[in-house]
Amino acid sequence: MSGMTTGFRALRLPSLTPAQRVMGLFGFWLVLAVCGPFFAPYAPGQIIDTEVFAPLSHRHWLGTDYLGRDLGSRLLYAVRYTVLICTLSTAFSCGCGILLGIATTATPAWMEQVAGRLMDGILSIPSLLCALLVIAAFGDSLLALVLTLGVIYTPGAYRTSRALALRIARMDYITVAVARGEGALFIIWREILPNMRGPLLADVGLRFIYAVLLLSNLSFLGLGVQPPLVDLGSLVRENVLGLVYGSGAVILPTIVIGVLTVGINLVLDGTSRR
Amino acid sequence: MNARLARLVLRRIGAALCSLLFVVVAIFALTAALPGDVADMLLGQNATPDATQALRHALHLDQPLWLRFMHWCGGMLHGNAGNSLLTGRPVSEMLAPRLYNSLLLAGATTLVAVPLALVLGLACATWRDSVFDRVMTVLTLGIVSVPAFLIATVSVFVFAVQFRVVPALSDIRSIHSVGQFFLTFAMPVATLASITMAQMIRMIRACMIDVFSAPYMEMAVIKGVPPVRIMLHHALPNAIGPVANAIALSLSSLLGGVVVIETIFNYPGLAQLMVDSVMSRDVPIIQACTLLFCMTYLFLTTLADIVALASVPKGRGA
Repeated sequence: MSGMTTGFRALRLPSLTPAQRVMGLFGFWLVLAVCGPFFAPYAPGQIIDTEVFAPLSHRHWLGTDYLGRDLGSRLLYAVRYTVLICTLSTAFSCGCGILLGIATTATPAWMEQVAGRLMDGILSIPSLLCALLVIAAFGDSLLALVLTLGVIYTPGAYRTSRALALRIARMDYITVAVARGEGALFIIWREILPNMRGPLLADVGLRFIYAVLLLSNLSFLGLGVQPPLVDLGSLVRENVLGLVYGSGAVILPTIVIGVLTVGINLVLDGTSRR
Repeated sequence: MNARLARLVLRRIGAALCSLLFVVVAIFALTAALPGDVADMLLGQNATPDATQALRHALHLDQPLWLRFMHWCGGMLHGNAGNSLLTGRPVSEMLAPRLYNSLLLAGATTLVAVPLALVLGLACATWRDSVFDRVMTVLTLGIVSVPAFLIATVSVFVFAVQFRVVPALSDIRSIHSVGQFFLTFAMPVATLASITMAQMIRMIRACMIDVFSAPYMEMAVIKGVPPVRIMLHHALPNAIGPVANAIALSLSSLLGGVVVIETIFNYPGLAQLMVDSVMSRDVPIIQACTLLFCMTYLFLTTLADIVALASVPKGRGA
Protein backbone atom coordinates (compact mmCIF):
# COMPACT_ATOMS: atom_id res chain seq x y z
CA MET A 1 0.00 0.00 0.00
CA SER A 2 2.72 2.39 1.05
CA GLY A 3 4.66 1.41 -2.05
CA MET A 4 1.72 2.52 -4.16
CA THR A 5 1.49 5.91 -2.51
CA THR A 6 5.18 6.56 -2.98
CA GLY A 7 4.73 5.45 -6.57
CA PHE A 8 2.00 8.01 -7.02
CA ARG A 9 4.00 10.62 -5.24
CA ALA A 10 6.87 10.04 -7.65
CA LEU A 11 4.41 10.45 -10.52
CA ARG A 12 3.13 13.74 -9.20
CA LEU A 13 4.28 16.95 -10.77
CA PRO A 14 6.96 18.87 -8.93
CA SER A 15 5.14 21.19 -6.58
CA LEU A 16 4.48 24.46 -8.34
CA THR A 17 3.02 27.64 -7.00
CA PRO A 18 -0.48 28.38 -8.36
CA ALA A 19 0.92 31.25 -10.39
CA GLN A 20 3.49 28.97 -12.00
CA ARG A 21 0.75 26.51 -12.88
CA VAL A 22 -1.35 29.17 -14.59
CA MET A 23 1.63 30.50 -16.48
CA GLY A 24 2.69 26.97 -17.40
CA LEU A 25 -0.68 26.02 -18.86
CA PHE A 26 -0.97 29.32 -20.65
CA GLY A 27 2.58 29.00 -21.97
CA PHE A 28 1.71 25.58 -23.37
CA TRP A 29 -1.18 27.06 -25.39
CA LEU A 30 0.95 29.97 -26.53
CA VAL A 31 3.70 27.66 -27.77
CA LEU A 32 1.08 25.52 -29.51
CA ALA A 33 -0.36 28.64 -31.13
CA VAL A 34 2.99 29.90 -32.36
CA CYS A 35 4.68 26.62 -33.34
CA GLY A 36 1.72 24.30 -34.01
CA PRO A 37 1.09 25.32 -37.64
CA PHE A 38 4.72 24.53 -38.56
CA PHE A 39 3.94 20.90 -37.87
CA ALA A 40 0.72 20.90 -39.90
CA PRO A 41 1.06 18.20 -42.58
CA TYR A 42 -1.04 20.14 -45.12
CA ALA A 43 -1.79 23.76 -45.96
CA PRO A 44 -5.01 24.82 -44.18
CA GLY A 45 -6.85 25.61 -47.42
CA GLN A 46 -5.66 22.60 -49.41
CA ILE A 47 -8.35 20.13 -50.45
CA ILE A 48 -6.70 16.75 -50.01
CA ASP A 49 -9.50 14.24 -50.31
CA THR A 50 -12.69 13.81 -52.27
CA GLU A 51 -14.32 12.34 -49.21
CA VAL A 52 -15.88 15.03 -47.01
CA PHE A 53 -16.23 14.44 -43.28
CA ALA A 54 -13.88 11.49 -43.62
CA PRO A 55 -13.23 9.58 -40.39
CA LEU A 56 -9.83 9.34 -38.75
CA SER A 57 -7.23 7.55 -40.84
CA HIS A 58 -3.46 7.26 -41.18
CA ARG A 59 -3.46 9.75 -44.09
CA HIS A 60 -5.26 12.45 -42.18
CA TRP A 61 -5.17 11.72 -38.49
CA LEU A 62 -8.22 13.72 -37.54
CA GLY A 63 -10.27 13.17 -40.68
CA THR A 64 -11.42 15.77 -43.20
CA ASP A 65 -13.81 18.70 -43.02
CA TYR A 66 -16.83 19.68 -45.12
CA LEU A 67 -14.68 20.39 -48.20
CA GLY A 68 -12.30 17.48 -47.78
CA ARG A 69 -9.52 19.50 -46.15
CA ASP A 70 -7.26 18.08 -43.48
CA LEU A 71 -8.91 18.76 -40.13
CA GLY A 72 -5.74 18.37 -38.08
CA SER A 73 -3.95 21.09 -40.01
CA ARG A 74 -6.93 23.42 -39.83
CA LEU A 75 -7.25 22.79 -36.12
CA LEU A 76 -3.63 23.83 -35.57
CA TYR A 77 -4.23 27.08 -37.45
CA ALA A 78 -7.51 27.63 -35.59
CA VAL A 79 -5.76 27.32 -32.23
CA ARG A 80 -3.22 29.86 -33.44
CA TYR A 81 -5.84 32.50 -34.26
CA THR A 82 -8.05 31.90 -31.23
CA VAL A 83 -5.18 31.94 -28.74
CA LEU A 84 -3.28 34.84 -30.31
CA ILE A 85 -6.31 37.11 -30.77
CA CYS A 86 -7.45 36.45 -27.23
CA THR A 87 -3.96 36.91 -25.78
CA LEU A 88 -3.55 40.25 -27.51
CA SER A 89 -7.01 41.47 -26.53
CA THR A 90 -6.50 40.34 -22.94
CA ALA A 91 -3.17 42.14 -22.87
CA PHE A 92 -4.97 45.25 -24.11
CA SER A 93 -7.90 45.08 -21.71
CA CYS A 94 -5.82 44.19 -18.66
CA GLY A 95 -3.08 46.67 -19.57
CA CYS A 96 -5.53 49.54 -19.87
CA GLY A 97 -7.74 48.38 -17.01
CA ILE A 98 -4.94 47.81 -14.52
CA LEU A 99 -3.13 51.01 -15.41
CA LEU A 100 -6.32 53.07 -15.11
CA GLY A 101 -7.38 51.22 -12.00
CA ILE A 102 -4.13 51.92 -10.19
CA ALA A 103 -3.67 55.41 -11.57
CA THR A 104 -7.11 56.57 -10.46
CA THR A 105 -6.30 55.74 -6.85
CA ALA A 106 -3.77 58.58 -6.91
CA THR A 107 -5.22 61.12 -9.37
CA PRO A 108 -7.73 63.90 -8.56
CA ALA A 109 -11.26 62.78 -7.78
CA TRP A 110 -12.79 64.08 -10.99
CA MET A 111 -10.57 61.85 -13.11
CA GLU A 112 -11.70 58.85 -11.12
CA GLN A 113 -15.30 59.96 -11.66
CA VAL A 114 -14.81 60.28 -15.41
CA ALA A 115 -13.08 56.91 -15.70
CA GLY A 116 -15.67 55.25 -13.47
CA ARG A 117 -18.63 56.63 -15.47
CA LEU A 118 -16.99 55.58 -18.74
CA MET A 119 -16.39 52.05 -17.48
CA ASP A 120 -19.95 51.81 -16.12
CA GLY A 121 -21.18 52.92 -19.52
CA ILE A 122 -19.30 50.15 -21.31
CA LEU A 123 -20.48 47.66 -18.70
CA SER A 124 -24.10 48.63 -19.26
CA ILE A 125 -24.02 47.10 -22.74
CA PRO A 126 -24.03 43.29 -22.58
CA SER A 127 -20.72 42.07 -24.02
CA LEU A 128 -22.00 40.14 -27.04
CA LEU A 129 -24.24 43.05 -28.08
CA CYS A 130 -21.37 45.48 -27.64
CA ALA A 131 -19.23 43.31 -29.88
CA LEU A 132 -21.97 43.12 -32.52
CA LEU A 133 -22.35 46.90 -32.42
CA VAL A 134 -18.63 47.57 -32.85
CA ILE A 135 -18.25 44.98 -35.60
CA ALA A 136 -21.20 46.50 -37.44
CA ALA A 137 -19.39 49.83 -37.34
CA PHE A 138 -15.76 48.89 -37.92
CA GLY A 139 -15.93 45.56 -39.72
CA ASP A 140 -14.41 42.27 -38.69
CA SER A 141 -10.70 42.67 -39.44
CA LEU A 142 -8.38 40.98 -36.98
CA LEU A 143 -7.32 44.32 -35.53
CA ALA A 144 -10.95 45.33 -35.03
CA LEU A 145 -11.64 42.03 -33.27
CA VAL A 146 -8.66 42.41 -30.93
CA LEU A 147 -9.61 45.98 -30.05
CA THR A 148 -13.30 45.11 -29.62
CA LEU A 149 -12.58 42.26 -27.24
CA GLY A 150 -10.00 44.44 -25.52
CA VAL A 151 -12.34 47.36 -24.89
CA ILE A 152 -15.22 45.15 -23.77
CA TYR A 153 -13.21 43.56 -20.97
CA THR A 154 -11.37 46.69 -19.85
CA PRO A 155 -14.03 47.72 -17.27
CA GLY A 156 -13.81 44.36 -15.51
CA ALA A 157 -10.04 44.60 -15.21
CA TYR A 158 -10.38 48.23 -14.12
CA ARG A 159 -12.79 47.37 -11.32
CA THR A 160 -10.77 44.46 -9.97
CA SER A 161 -7.44 46.24 -10.06
CA ARG A 162 -8.91 49.40 -8.57
CA ALA A 163 -10.42 47.49 -5.67
CA LEU A 164 -7.08 45.78 -5.06
CA ALA A 165 -5.04 48.96 -5.48
CA LEU A 166 -7.28 50.94 -3.13
CA ARG A 167 -6.59 48.44 -0.38
CA ILE A 168 -2.84 48.53 -1.02
CA ALA A 169 -2.67 52.32 -1.35
CA ARG A 170 -3.69 52.60 2.30
CA MET A 171 -0.74 50.48 3.43
CA ASP A 172 2.08 52.00 5.42
CA TYR A 173 4.78 51.08 2.95
CA ILE A 174 3.06 53.21 0.31
CA THR A 175 2.99 56.16 2.69
CA VAL A 176 6.66 55.56 3.32
CA ALA A 177 7.42 55.43 -0.40
CA VAL A 178 5.53 58.67 -0.97
CA ALA A 179 7.37 60.28 1.94
CA ARG A 180 10.66 59.08 0.47
CA GLY A 181 9.72 61.15 -2.54
CA GLU A 182 9.40 58.31 -5.04
CA GLY A 183 7.80 59.04 -8.40
CA ALA A 184 4.32 57.80 -9.24
CA LEU A 185 5.60 55.30 -11.82
CA PHE A 186 8.07 53.80 -9.34
CA ILE A 187 5.33 53.41 -6.75
CA ILE A 188 2.98 51.74 -9.23
CA TRP A 189 5.63 49.46 -10.70
CA ARG A 190 7.69 48.52 -7.64
CA GLU A 191 5.32 48.92 -4.69
CA ILE A 192 1.72 48.39 -5.78
CA LEU A 193 1.88 45.94 -8.69
CA PRO A 194 4.05 43.26 -7.03
CA ASN A 195 1.70 43.19 -4.06
CA MET A 196 -1.43 42.56 -6.10
CA ARG A 197 0.12 40.00 -8.44
CA GLY A 198 -1.73 36.92 -7.18
CA PRO A 199 -5.35 38.07 -7.36
CA LEU A 200 -4.54 40.02 -10.50
CA LEU A 201 -3.26 36.93 -12.27
CA ALA A 202 -6.52 35.11 -11.53
CA ASP A 203 -8.42 38.06 -12.96
CA VAL A 204 -6.31 38.16 -16.12
CA GLY A 205 -6.91 34.44 -16.63
CA LEU A 206 -10.63 34.96 -16.27
CA ARG A 207 -10.60 37.77 -18.85
CA PHE A 208 -8.72 35.48 -21.22
CA ILE A 209 -11.42 32.83 -20.88
CA TYR A 210 -14.15 35.42 -21.44
CA ALA A 211 -12.34 36.59 -24.57
CA VAL A 212 -12.07 33.02 -25.89
CA LEU A 213 -15.77 32.44 -25.26
CA LEU A 214 -16.87 35.71 -26.86
CA LEU A 215 -14.59 35.28 -29.88
CA SER A 216 -15.82 31.71 -30.38
CA ASN A 217 -19.43 32.82 -30.14
CA LEU A 218 -18.82 35.66 -32.60
CA SER A 219 -17.05 33.40 -35.07
CA PHE A 220 -19.77 30.83 -34.69
CA LEU A 221 -22.32 33.48 -35.64
CA GLY A 222 -20.18 34.26 -38.68
CA LEU A 223 -19.15 37.69 -37.38
CA GLY A 224 -15.71 36.92 -35.99
CA VAL A 225 -12.66 35.60 -37.83
CA GLN A 226 -13.47 35.43 -41.55
CA PRO A 227 -12.38 32.87 -44.15
CA PRO A 228 -9.76 32.08 -45.37
CA LEU A 229 -8.50 32.55 -41.81
CA VAL A 230 -9.96 30.16 -39.31
CA ASP A 231 -10.43 30.07 -35.56
CA LEU A 232 -12.05 27.48 -33.34
CA GLY A 233 -15.51 29.06 -33.46
CA SER A 234 -15.58 29.39 -37.24
CA LEU A 235 -14.30 25.82 -37.54
CA VAL A 236 -17.42 24.68 -35.68
CA ARG A 237 -19.60 26.95 -37.80
CA GLU A 238 -18.39 25.74 -41.18
CA ASN A 239 -18.60 22.10 -40.21
CA VAL A 240 -21.88 22.25 -38.34
CA LEU A 241 -23.58 20.11 -41.02
CA GLY A 242 -21.25 17.29 -40.04
CA LEU A 243 -23.14 17.07 -36.75
CA VAL A 244 -25.68 14.87 -38.52
CA TYR A 245 -22.95 12.33 -39.36
CA GLY A 246 -21.33 12.66 -35.96
CA SER A 247 -18.23 13.99 -37.71
CA GLY A 248 -15.12 14.85 -35.74
CA ALA A 249 -14.89 18.05 -37.74
CA VAL A 250 -17.52 19.66 -35.53
CA ILE A 251 -16.87 17.74 -32.33
CA LEU A 252 -13.07 18.15 -32.13
CA PRO A 253 -12.95 21.97 -32.29
CA THR A 254 -15.63 22.16 -29.60
CA ILE A 255 -13.58 19.81 -27.45
CA VAL A 256 -10.48 21.96 -27.96
CA ILE A 257 -12.39 25.07 -26.86
CA GLY A 258 -13.64 23.17 -23.84
CA VAL A 259 -10.18 21.89 -22.91
CA LEU A 260 -8.73 25.39 -23.29
CA THR A 261 -11.30 27.21 -21.18
CA VAL A 262 -12.14 24.54 -18.60
CA GLY A 263 -8.43 23.80 -18.11
CA ILE A 264 -7.52 27.38 -17.37
CA ASN A 265 -10.63 27.79 -15.23
CA LEU A 266 -9.73 24.76 -13.13
CA VAL A 267 -6.17 25.95 -12.57
CA LEU A 268 -7.50 29.39 -11.61
CA ASP A 269 -10.03 27.78 -9.28
CA GLY A 270 -7.07 26.09 -7.62
CA THR A 271 -5.29 29.41 -7.11
CA SER A 272 -8.26 31.03 -5.38
CA ARG A 273 -8.71 28.06 -3.03
CA ARG A 274 -5.26 28.45 -1.53
CA MET B 1 -40.87 53.99 3.26
CA ASN B 2 -39.03 57.11 4.09
CA ALA B 3 -37.06 59.96 2.62
CA ARG B 4 -33.66 58.33 2.96
CA LEU B 5 -34.58 55.22 1.02
CA ALA B 6 -36.39 57.33 -1.58
CA ARG B 7 -33.24 59.40 -2.06
CA LEU B 8 -31.08 56.30 -2.51
CA VAL B 9 -33.53 54.83 -5.00
CA LEU B 10 -33.73 58.10 -6.91
CA ARG B 11 -29.94 58.28 -7.06
CA ARG B 12 -29.80 54.74 -8.41
CA ILE B 13 -32.39 55.58 -11.07
CA GLY B 14 -30.36 58.67 -11.95
CA ALA B 15 -27.25 56.53 -12.43
CA ALA B 16 -29.26 54.19 -14.65
CA LEU B 17 -30.41 57.15 -16.75
CA CYS B 18 -26.77 58.24 -17.10
CA SER B 19 -25.87 54.77 -18.35
CA LEU B 20 -28.83 54.89 -20.72
CA LEU B 21 -27.57 58.17 -22.12
CA PHE B 22 -24.14 56.62 -22.68
CA VAL B 23 -25.74 53.66 -24.44
CA VAL B 24 -27.87 55.90 -26.65
CA VAL B 25 -24.85 58.00 -27.64
CA ALA B 26 -22.79 54.88 -28.33
CA ILE B 27 -25.56 53.44 -30.47
CA PHE B 28 -25.97 56.67 -32.37
CA ALA B 29 -22.21 56.92 -32.88
CA LEU B 30 -22.56 53.79 -35.00
CA THR B 31 -24.29 55.80 -37.74
CA ALA B 32 -21.53 58.35 -37.70
CA ALA B 33 -18.80 55.74 -37.74
CA LEU B 34 -20.25 53.87 -40.70
CA PRO B 35 -18.22 54.36 -43.87
CA GLY B 36 -20.01 55.68 -46.93
CA ASP B 37 -23.12 57.76 -47.36
CA VAL B 38 -26.49 56.27 -46.52
CA ALA B 39 -28.15 58.29 -49.28
CA ASP B 40 -25.78 56.88 -51.91
CA MET B 41 -26.31 53.43 -50.53
CA LEU B 42 -30.11 53.69 -50.61
CA LEU B 43 -30.27 55.05 -54.13
CA GLY B 44 -27.72 52.61 -55.49
CA GLN B 45 -27.50 52.80 -59.26
CA ASN B 46 -30.14 55.55 -59.57
CA ALA B 47 -28.02 58.06 -57.70
CA THR B 48 -28.09 61.32 -59.59
CA PRO B 49 -26.59 64.29 -57.76
CA ASP B 50 -30.05 65.85 -57.45
CA ALA B 51 -31.66 62.74 -56.06
CA THR B 52 -28.82 62.22 -53.59
CA GLN B 53 -29.12 65.82 -52.47
CA ALA B 54 -32.88 65.52 -52.01
CA LEU B 55 -32.59 62.28 -50.07
CA ARG B 56 -29.78 63.66 -47.93
CA HIS B 57 -32.06 66.54 -47.04
CA ALA B 58 -35.01 64.23 -46.36
CA LEU B 59 -32.86 62.08 -44.06
CA HIS B 60 -31.42 65.17 -42.33
CA LEU B 61 -27.96 64.06 -43.42
CA ASP B 62 -27.04 67.64 -44.31
CA GLN B 63 -27.49 68.76 -40.72
CA PRO B 64 -24.78 68.81 -38.07
CA LEU B 65 -24.30 65.65 -36.03
CA TRP B 66 -25.82 66.91 -32.78
CA LEU B 67 -29.02 68.00 -34.56
CA ARG B 68 -29.29 64.60 -36.19
CA PHE B 69 -28.81 63.04 -32.77
CA MET B 70 -31.73 65.07 -31.39
CA HIS B 71 -33.88 64.06 -34.37
CA TRP B 72 -32.98 60.45 -33.90
CA CYS B 73 -33.72 60.50 -30.16
CA GLY B 74 -37.02 62.24 -30.82
CA GLY B 75 -37.95 59.59 -33.36
CA MET B 76 -37.03 56.80 -30.94
CA LEU B 77 -39.21 58.36 -28.23
CA HIS B 78 -42.17 58.29 -30.62
CA GLY B 79 -41.44 54.68 -31.52
CA ASN B 80 -40.20 55.73 -34.93
CA ALA B 81 -36.82 54.07 -35.40
CA GLY B 82 -36.55 54.82 -39.11
CA ASN B 83 -36.72 52.46 -42.04
CA SER B 84 -34.67 49.38 -42.74
CA LEU B 85 -31.93 50.10 -45.25
CA LEU B 86 -32.47 46.72 -46.83
CA THR B 87 -36.23 46.32 -47.14
CA GLY B 88 -37.34 49.92 -46.72
CA ARG B 89 -40.02 48.86 -44.25
CA PRO B 90 -40.36 50.71 -40.93
CA VAL B 91 -38.12 49.20 -38.28
CA SER B 92 -40.88 49.13 -35.67
CA GLU B 93 -43.05 47.06 -38.00
CA MET B 94 -40.26 44.54 -38.54
CA LEU B 95 -39.37 44.40 -34.87
CA ALA B 96 -42.81 43.98 -33.29
CA PRO B 97 -43.47 40.28 -34.09
CA ARG B 98 -39.83 39.42 -33.37
CA LEU B 99 -39.92 41.19 -30.03
CA TYR B 100 -42.98 39.17 -29.07
CA ASN B 101 -41.21 35.91 -29.99
CA SER B 102 -38.06 36.84 -28.08
CA LEU B 103 -40.02 37.87 -25.00
CA LEU B 104 -41.83 34.53 -25.16
CA LEU B 105 -38.51 32.67 -25.24
CA ALA B 106 -36.88 34.81 -22.56
CA GLY B 107 -39.98 34.68 -20.35
CA ALA B 108 -40.29 30.92 -20.58
CA THR B 109 -36.58 30.56 -19.79
CA THR B 110 -36.80 32.89 -16.81
CA LEU B 111 -39.78 30.98 -15.45
CA VAL B 112 -37.81 27.75 -15.63
CA ALA B 113 -34.37 29.02 -14.66
CA VAL B 114 -34.94 31.36 -11.70
CA PRO B 115 -36.87 29.04 -9.34
CA LEU B 116 -34.70 26.05 -10.23
CA ALA B 117 -31.48 28.02 -9.77
CA LEU B 118 -32.69 29.39 -6.44
CA VAL B 119 -33.46 25.91 -5.10
CA LEU B 120 -30.26 24.36 -6.45
CA GLY B 121 -28.08 27.28 -5.33
CA LEU B 122 -29.56 27.15 -1.83
CA ALA B 123 -29.11 23.38 -1.72
CA CYS B 124 -25.46 23.70 -2.77
CA ALA B 125 -24.77 26.27 -0.08
CA THR B 126 -26.64 24.32 2.61
CA TRP B 127 -24.88 21.03 1.92
CA ARG B 128 -21.58 22.64 1.13
CA ASP B 129 -18.76 20.28 0.08
CA SER B 130 -21.14 17.32 -0.10
CA VAL B 131 -21.14 15.04 -3.15
CA PHE B 132 -24.16 16.93 -4.49
CA ASP B 133 -22.38 20.26 -4.13
CA ARG B 134 -19.25 18.95 -5.83
CA VAL B 135 -21.18 17.52 -8.76
CA MET B 136 -23.05 20.81 -9.16
CA THR B 137 -19.82 22.80 -8.95
CA VAL B 138 -18.18 20.75 -11.69
CA LEU B 139 -21.33 20.91 -13.83
CA THR B 140 -21.83 24.66 -13.49
CA LEU B 141 -18.13 25.42 -13.89
CA GLY B 142 -18.16 23.30 -17.04
CA ILE B 143 -21.19 25.09 -18.47
CA VAL B 144 -19.97 28.62 -17.75
CA SER B 145 -16.60 27.90 -19.27
CA VAL B 146 -17.74 26.66 -22.66
CA PRO B 147 -19.37 28.86 -25.30
CA ALA B 148 -23.16 28.89 -25.54
CA PHE B 149 -23.23 27.40 -29.01
CA LEU B 150 -21.38 24.33 -27.79
CA ILE B 151 -24.14 23.38 -25.38
CA ALA B 152 -26.76 24.07 -28.01
CA THR B 153 -25.07 22.07 -30.78
CA VAL B 154 -24.32 19.16 -28.50
CA SER B 155 -27.90 19.02 -27.24
CA VAL B 156 -29.24 19.25 -30.80
CA PHE B 157 -26.95 16.36 -31.67
CA VAL B 158 -28.10 14.26 -28.74
CA PHE B 159 -31.81 15.00 -28.54
CA ALA B 160 -32.79 15.92 -32.08
CA VAL B 161 -30.39 13.90 -34.22
CA GLN B 162 -29.69 10.82 -32.15
CA PHE B 163 -32.93 10.30 -30.23
CA ARG B 164 -35.27 12.38 -32.41
CA VAL B 165 -37.44 13.37 -29.46
CA VAL B 166 -37.62 17.06 -30.29
CA PRO B 167 -37.38 19.03 -33.54
CA ALA B 168 -33.97 20.57 -34.28
CA LEU B 169 -35.45 23.84 -35.52
CA SER B 170 -38.04 25.90 -33.71
CA ASP B 171 -40.69 26.54 -36.32
CA ILE B 172 -43.12 28.42 -34.13
CA ARG B 173 -45.61 28.87 -36.96
CA SER B 174 -46.41 25.18 -36.87
CA ILE B 175 -47.63 25.24 -33.28
CA HIS B 176 -51.24 24.11 -33.14
CA SER B 177 -51.52 22.46 -29.76
CA VAL B 178 -50.16 22.68 -26.26
CA GLY B 179 -48.06 19.56 -26.77
CA GLN B 180 -46.44 21.00 -29.87
CA PHE B 181 -45.79 24.21 -27.97
CA PHE B 182 -43.81 22.35 -25.34
CA LEU B 183 -41.94 20.25 -27.90
CA THR B 184 -40.96 23.27 -29.97
CA PHE B 185 -39.79 25.28 -27.01
CA ALA B 186 -38.19 22.40 -25.14
CA MET B 187 -34.76 22.59 -26.77
CA PRO B 188 -34.17 26.35 -26.92
CA VAL B 189 -35.55 26.90 -23.43
CA ALA B 190 -33.63 23.99 -21.95
CA THR B 191 -30.29 25.08 -23.42
CA LEU B 192 -30.84 28.73 -22.60
CA ALA B 193 -31.98 27.86 -19.09
CA SER B 194 -28.95 25.68 -18.44
CA ILE B 195 -26.59 28.48 -19.48
CA THR B 196 -28.39 31.03 -17.32
CA MET B 197 -28.80 28.69 -14.39
CA ALA B 198 -25.12 27.74 -14.27
CA GLN B 199 -24.22 31.41 -13.73
CA MET B 200 -27.02 31.92 -11.23
CA ILE B 201 -26.32 28.81 -9.18
CA ARG B 202 -22.65 29.77 -8.81
CA MET B 203 -23.47 33.28 -7.69
CA ILE B 204 -26.35 32.31 -5.40
CA ARG B 205 -24.16 29.65 -3.79
CA ALA B 206 -21.43 32.20 -3.17
CA CYS B 207 -23.93 34.71 -1.70
CA MET B 208 -25.51 32.15 0.59
CA ILE B 209 -22.16 30.83 1.83
CA ASP B 210 -21.27 34.42 2.60
CA VAL B 211 -24.46 34.84 4.62
CA PHE B 212 -24.04 31.47 6.35
CA SER B 213 -20.62 32.47 7.62
CA ALA B 214 -22.00 35.53 9.44
CA PRO B 215 -21.81 35.46 13.26
CA TYR B 216 -25.60 35.75 13.70
CA MET B 217 -26.02 32.48 11.78
CA GLU B 218 -23.69 30.69 14.16
CA MET B 219 -25.60 32.25 17.03
CA ALA B 220 -28.88 30.96 15.64
CA VAL B 221 -27.45 27.46 15.32
CA ILE B 222 -26.05 27.56 18.84
CA LYS B 223 -29.29 28.69 20.41
CA GLY B 224 -31.00 25.73 18.72
CA VAL B 225 -33.20 27.32 16.08
CA PRO B 226 -34.61 24.62 13.77
CA PRO B 227 -32.88 24.52 10.31
CA VAL B 228 -35.99 25.53 8.35
CA ARG B 229 -36.53 28.54 10.60
CA ILE B 230 -32.85 29.51 10.29
CA MET B 231 -33.24 29.43 6.54
CA LEU B 232 -36.48 31.42 6.38
CA HIS B 233 -35.94 33.93 9.17
CA HIS B 234 -32.18 34.40 9.42
CA ALA B 235 -30.51 33.50 6.13
CA LEU B 236 -32.97 34.43 3.39
CA PRO B 237 -33.92 37.96 4.48
CA ASN B 238 -30.22 38.87 4.59
CA ALA B 239 -29.53 37.30 1.23
CA ILE B 240 -32.31 39.01 -0.75
CA GLY B 241 -30.10 41.86 -1.95
CA PRO B 242 -27.10 39.89 -3.18
CA VAL B 243 -29.31 37.14 -4.60
CA ALA B 244 -31.44 39.64 -6.52
CA ASN B 245 -28.23 41.06 -7.94
CA ALA B 246 -26.96 37.62 -8.87
CA ILE B 247 -30.20 36.84 -10.67
CA ALA B 248 -30.19 40.14 -12.59
CA LEU B 249 -26.58 39.70 -13.65
CA SER B 250 -27.23 36.16 -14.85
CA LEU B 251 -30.27 37.29 -16.79
CA SER B 252 -27.86 39.48 -18.71
CA SER B 253 -26.01 36.36 -19.76
CA LEU B 254 -29.44 35.21 -20.90
CA LEU B 255 -29.45 38.15 -23.30
CA GLY B 256 -26.12 37.08 -24.76
CA GLY B 257 -27.27 33.48 -24.85
CA VAL B 258 -30.45 34.46 -26.68
CA VAL B 259 -28.39 35.75 -29.61
CA VAL B 260 -26.63 32.43 -30.08
CA ILE B 261 -29.60 30.19 -29.31
CA GLU B 262 -31.97 31.97 -31.67
CA THR B 263 -29.46 31.65 -34.47
CA ILE B 264 -28.83 27.96 -33.89
CA PHE B 265 -32.48 27.00 -33.61
CA ASN B 266 -33.46 29.37 -36.38
CA TYR B 267 -35.93 30.95 -33.97
CA PRO B 268 -37.52 34.06 -35.47
CA GLY B 269 -36.66 36.41 -32.62
CA LEU B 270 -35.10 39.82 -32.17
CA ALA B 271 -31.57 38.52 -31.73
CA GLN B 272 -31.59 36.57 -34.97
CA LEU B 273 -32.79 39.66 -36.79
CA MET B 274 -29.96 41.58 -35.19
CA VAL B 275 -27.27 39.11 -36.26
CA ASP B 276 -28.62 39.14 -39.81
CA SER B 277 -28.64 42.93 -39.74
CA VAL B 278 -25.04 43.10 -38.56
CA MET B 279 -24.08 40.92 -41.52
CA SER B 280 -25.92 43.16 -43.97
CA ARG B 281 -24.96 46.38 -42.09
CA ASP B 282 -28.61 47.37 -41.74
CA VAL B 283 -27.89 50.11 -39.21
CA PRO B 284 -31.40 51.26 -38.14
CA ILE B 285 -32.34 47.72 -37.20
CA ILE B 286 -29.09 47.14 -35.31
CA GLN B 287 -29.66 50.36 -33.39
CA ALA B 288 -33.23 49.55 -32.46
CA CYS B 289 -32.37 46.00 -31.39
CA THR B 290 -29.36 47.07 -29.33
CA LEU B 291 -31.39 49.77 -27.65
CA LEU B 292 -34.13 47.30 -26.73
CA PHE B 293 -31.65 44.79 -25.33
CA CYS B 294 -29.69 47.40 -23.39
CA MET B 295 -32.83 48.94 -21.94
CA THR B 296 -33.98 45.53 -20.75
CA TYR B 297 -30.58 44.89 -19.19
CA LEU B 298 -30.44 48.28 -17.49
CA PHE B 299 -33.99 47.87 -16.22
CA LEU B 300 -33.16 44.47 -14.70
CA THR B 301 -29.94 45.57 -13.00
CA THR B 302 -31.55 48.74 -11.67
CA LEU B 303 -34.53 46.79 -10.36
CA ALA B 304 -32.19 44.36 -8.61
CA ASP B 305 -30.27 47.21 -6.99
CA ILE B 306 -33.50 48.81 -5.78
CA VAL B 307 -34.66 45.50 -4.32
CA ALA B 308 -31.27 45.21 -2.63
CA LEU B 309 -31.55 48.74 -1.21
CA ALA B 310 -35.07 48.16 0.03
CA SER B 311 -34.19 44.84 1.66
CA VAL B 312 -31.53 46.30 3.95
CA PRO B 313 -33.00 47.76 7.15
CA LYS B 314 -30.10 50.22 7.34
CA GLY B 315 -31.25 51.65 4.01
CA ARG B 316 -34.79 51.94 5.29
CA GLY B 317 -33.43 54.05 8.10
CA ALA B 318 -34.96 51.79 10.75
